[in-house]
Amino acid sequence: MAQDTLILFSILALLLPLGGFLLLIFFGRRLPRQGDVIETGLVLGSLILSFVVFFNKILNFPEPIEWKFEWVNFGFVKDWGEMKITLGILVDNLSATMLVVVTVISSLVHIFSIGYMKDDVRYSRYFAYLGFFTFSMLGIVLTNNFFTMYVFWELVGVSSYLLIGHWYEKKSASDAAKKAFIVNRVGDFGFFVGIMIIWASLKTFNFGEVFAGIEQGKLSGGLLTAAGILVFCGAIGKSAQFPLHVWLPDAMEGPTPVSALIHAATMVAAGVYLTARTYAMMTADALTFIAYIGAITAFIAATIAITQTDIKKVLAYSTISQLGYMTMSLGSGAYVAGFFHLVTHAAFKAGLFLGSGSVIHAMHHALHKVHDHHTDPQDIRNMGGLKKKMPVTYYTFLIYTLAISGIPLTSGFLSKDSILAGAFAFGKLSGHVLIPFIGFFVAGLTAFYMFRLLILTFHGEPKRKDVFEHIHESPKVMTVPLVILAILSLWFIFGPNPFDASSTWVEKYIHKPRSVVPTQQQFEFNLPVKLEEGAAITEYDHALHKAHIPAMLLSLGMAGLGILFAFLTYQWGKISAEKVANAIRPVYTFLKNKWYFDELYANTFVLATLGISRFARWFDLKVIDGIVDGSAYLTKLWSFSIGKFDWNIIDGLVNLVAYVTGFFGYVVRLLQNGKVQTYIIYVVFAVIVLFYIFLG
Amino acid sequence: MQILGIGILTWIVFLPILAMILVLLVPKGREIWIKWISVVATGIQVILAVVLLLNYRYDLAGINTLEGFQFVEKYRWIDVSGVAWFGRIVIEYFLGVDGLSMPMVVLTALICFIGSIASWELPKAKGYYALYLLLDTGMMGVFVALDFFLFYIFWEVMLLPMYFLIGIWGGPRREYAAIKFFIYTLLGSVLMLLVMIGLYFSTSIIDPVTGEKVHTFNMLAMMDPKNYEPGAIFSGLHTTWRYIAYIALFIGFAIKVPIVPFHTWLPDAHVEAPTPISVILAGVLLKMGTYGMLRISFPIFPDGMLKYALPMAILGFINIVYGALAAMAQEDFKKLIAYSSISHMGYVVLGMAALNTQGVTGAIMQMFNHGTITAMLFLIVGVLYDRAHTRGLYEFGGLANQMPKYFGIVIVAFFAALGLPGLSGFISEAFVFLGAFQTYKWIAIFSATGVIITAGYILWTTQRLFFGQLPDRWKNLPDINARELVTLVPLAIIVIFLGVYPSPLINLMNTSVNHLVRFVSEMGQAGGMQIGILP
Repeated sequence: MAQDTLILFSILALLLPLGGFLLLIFFGRRLPRQGDVIETGLVLGSLILSFVVFFNKILNFPEPIEWKFEWVNFGFVKDWGEMKITLGILVDNLSATMLVVVTVISSLVHIFSIGYMKDDVRYSRYFAYLGFFTFSMLGIVLTNNFFTMYVFWELVGVSSYLLIGHWYEKKSASDAAKKAFIVNRVGDFGFFVGIMIIWASLKTFNFGEVFAGIEQGKLSGGLLTAAGILVFCGAIGKSAQFPLHVWLPDAMEGPTPVSALIHAATMVAAGVYLTARTYAMMTADALTFIAYIGAITAFIAATIAITQTDIKKVLAYSTISQLGYMTMSLGSGAYVAGFFHLVTHAAFKAGLFLGSGSVIHAMHHALHKVHDHHTDPQDIRNMGGLKKKMPVTYYTFLIYTLAISGIPLTSGFLSKDSILAGAFAFGKLSGHVLIPFIGFFVAGLTAFYMFRLLILTFHGEPKRKDVFEHIHESPKVMTVPLVILAILSLWFIFGPNPFDASSTWVEKYIHKPRSVVPTQQQFEFNLPVKLEEGAAITEYDHALHKAHIPAMLLSLGMAGLGILFAFLTYQWGKISAEKVANAIRPVYTFLKNKWYFDELYANTFVLATLGISRFARWFDLKVIDGIVDGSAYLTKLWSFSIGKFDWNIIDGLVNLVAYVTGFFGYVVRLLQNGKVQTYIIYVVFAVIVLFYIFLG
Repeated sequence: MQILGIGILTWIVFLPILAMILVLLVPKGREIWIKWISVVATGIQVILAVVLLLNYRYDLAGINTLEGFQFVEKYRWIDVSGVAWFGRIVIEYFLGVDGLSMPMVVLTALICFIGSIASWELPKAKGYYALYLLLDTGMMGVFVALDFFLFYIFWEVMLLPMYFLIGIWGGPRREYAAIKFFIYTLLGSVLMLLVMIGLYFSTSIIDPVTGEKVHTFNMLAMMDPKNYEPGAIFSGLHTTWRYIAYIALFIGFAIKVPIVPFHTWLPDAHVEAPTPISVILAGVLLKMGTYGMLRISFPIFPDGMLKYALPMAILGFINIVYGALAAMAQEDFKKLIAYSSISHMGYVVLGMAALNTQGVTGAIMQMFNHGTITAMLFLIVGVLYDRAHTRGLYEFGGLANQMPKYFGIVIVAFFAALGLPGLSGFISEAFVFLGAFQTYKWIAIFSATGVIITAGYILWTTQRLFFGQLPDRWKNLPDINARELVTLVPLAIIVIFLGVYPSPLINLMNTSVNHLVRFVSEMGQAGGMQIGILP
């Protein structure tokens, strides 16, 4: 297959779901079955194309394939040269793998939704949004530049917003949607600032050109670290990393298949994908930052997950924790392991969510049957014993749980082991020992809370007998995707040896990109020290190699401990969860309340913004308009006083003059009485006066 | 280019006046004729704008050279000799377009056409449409006039109909709003008038007819330092008088934009004005301020521009953030949109202050895109107000199910307003930031926080109006009707199209923008001035 065909196929894979969206949004209700089959068919088409692209790329083209087109041209610009923005598509092993991951999960979620969303009020709209999401997500995967990355980045945000708020009649749903979008915007703000730095210093958005420019030294020093961290801010938002993780648990308000697709398997992994994409430009400082953010996230989320009782909330925190794992892994240099975990996690976490969806579906219908509209169908305290009634859901759920706990023969074991080995090596070489410490601790926590969930949901006795009567296994359209995902969570999908991650195709075809950062800004142990069989080997590679066995044993030990405690507490009742909770009441309350992040943000950022905005409104109304209206009033006052002045003083003077004139006129008029003899007297008197003056 | 021996620009400017005369001649009881005449006239205006577009040459820059302008009409209009101490007065009827004005001409034609459809139901049609068409002429004239005096006349022509349109057809506080608008604008006009007269006496060119030196109102002549008489008030570069003139002119235009703190006329005017007038006001009128800066302030006072570029960028930042914050605190739907306009015009100011290709391109694109997006927003407010007779955001909820088509359109407009990629608003905002960042790093970064606040108030409004439970009193609200869709759908298509493929708009202005940026920065730097850069 030629390169052009490959590009064409990937573009088609990108556009098919968009076509589905347009079709359904305009004609949804008029289409047969409201268009669900059409949309699912289009995504399946996209899936087939993705597989074709994937295998061709992996097998036939060792080099990345890129296609560019000029989108905007500003012509020749002073101090810049020819300013233009080229966009395009990049198919390399990373994006080809991701393409398959996204379309597989998306297809399965589409199929599952046909059963799960049956009779929904906005059935057609739901599928349209799924199509739009798939399109945007594939856009993120295939883009070859920062600009369209940002574009699709925000577009998945919108589809996430629309789908979280799918049941917008509920206030909690629309609140959650709003929160998700705004929190993501905070991260995107940082991402955009990073893009601005890149554009201003390197004059291009294209990944390859950006890296080449950095290698030429056009962007280095603190600004390069800043750019790396700022771009990573986008990942902090989208992948729900500390401190922006607060939106993801709320996002569980969306339909459960959406949680599986968007808020577990693909969109939230986009942050990890972005970090992997831009990995070459991350300096040592930026990587350390990333590693710590990941570790902190993994730890915080795992501790919260232990105390949650909502089945989806537990899974949400587990997702955050696992994403933290991936981020930590990338930060600590285990690039392939981080991406590997993204791939394996996508399958088993989507499975966990769809499995929980199956449970919620059954609970919902059973509660409906007994006319109970108050009991929460998602609360694991109301479940128990579902194993008997829902065998397919149970056994698939068990496989996913084993996978996420990192038990051998599952995919999760392979990827988790690599991550921990990487953290181990990193901690040893860099001295950041907290990273591997948290890594192993969280491995134990994960196994514990996941088995707690499994046991409380499926094992033991049912808590509500009446409801239990009506529980049924979900229909085929829902269980088949569960089985497929369970198979995808096993080791042989990735490689023949269940204990050796390095034998998997992921390790074989995905390679850590060569860093383009100036050497003094890289970790010393990441610099090649000697050539072995033509390949540059670093100190880190050595350490990683040596760390594998101890890391494997330690992580297995931790997972085993976690599982053991889970069984002791919830299955066999040897340890009372209540007593433990009571013994550490303050800690328990703290964890139960999710470390009070929501309260913290509500009382600081949100409150401050609202306060300032009210102040702005007050300032406008009272101060600025006060000045405006006040000056109008003063002008009016002034003009009135001028009017008064006119009336009293000027007109007064005029009147005075007139009055005085009038007075004299009156006096003079008295003299003129019209009698001749009086006039003769005046004349005589005047003559006498004149004589007196001139002669006297 | 001529039609019936008259230049096409004259047609596009004065066609509404012709229509106005027709409207005034329509006998009583035939109100429907009036409406059709206006809609057809503004429709022809759109066609003329398209004809202009089709014949537009992309390689000509304009700005300061006569040869660079297109569709030029240049006639001697007033020529009086020996007017007391004025000497000989020569005023030209001088029209032309370049890359700065072309997008604005298209925008004005489009918005006026849509506004005239949206005015269909208003009472007292005769008076209304007559004033509306007069307003149309004034706005169009401002965007094509190249003689400062002519520009000023069009600027003032627009003022009076606006006053009456708000004052007569407005809401309960219409008189206050109309007077506030009038006085604010008049203050700006006075400042502009003073600068214009100063410029007139400072510049002189050789009159091609008589060969004698005459003062001139020709803007292009004012851009050339050679035309300034030695010793005149505005001659030279970097003189105190020129700075004062720049600031005066800036305030004159800033009132129109409006730039904080000269903005408080806008919320009042918007809230009181009838829907189509709000559309015109936000869609076109505000752009006259920023257009004036680009057309007049920058090339005539490049020294002043460069000296005050930094404060201008800071004002842009204040507009963006302050406007967005104030919007968030509003409870009246229309007032919220009005404040969002202030915020969005801040992007224009910031982009212009950056004075580089990307920034200015972003600014002009934002002028166009804000014109279409905000027109949609005000039409959307109008749709709801016409049905519910209230705009209180707290009184609604659950409209998504009650008015699904309306909801669909609103989502497009709202997301465009919050700068969602794929819609036109994002492209212009992104370019403004990318441009501004090259000149003012920190201001660009701080301004970008406005994007978060915008998402906040837009999504909050969406939730208030459309989500949750529908109050019983709105159970009978009908969905958006065909006439309203006719006004909104074309705008939505433009918003989406330019969001995906902005090149047609960029190419339209590109040559001129590059030329303007080079011209202003070189002229301004002639006196050793560098654009201020924050650390």
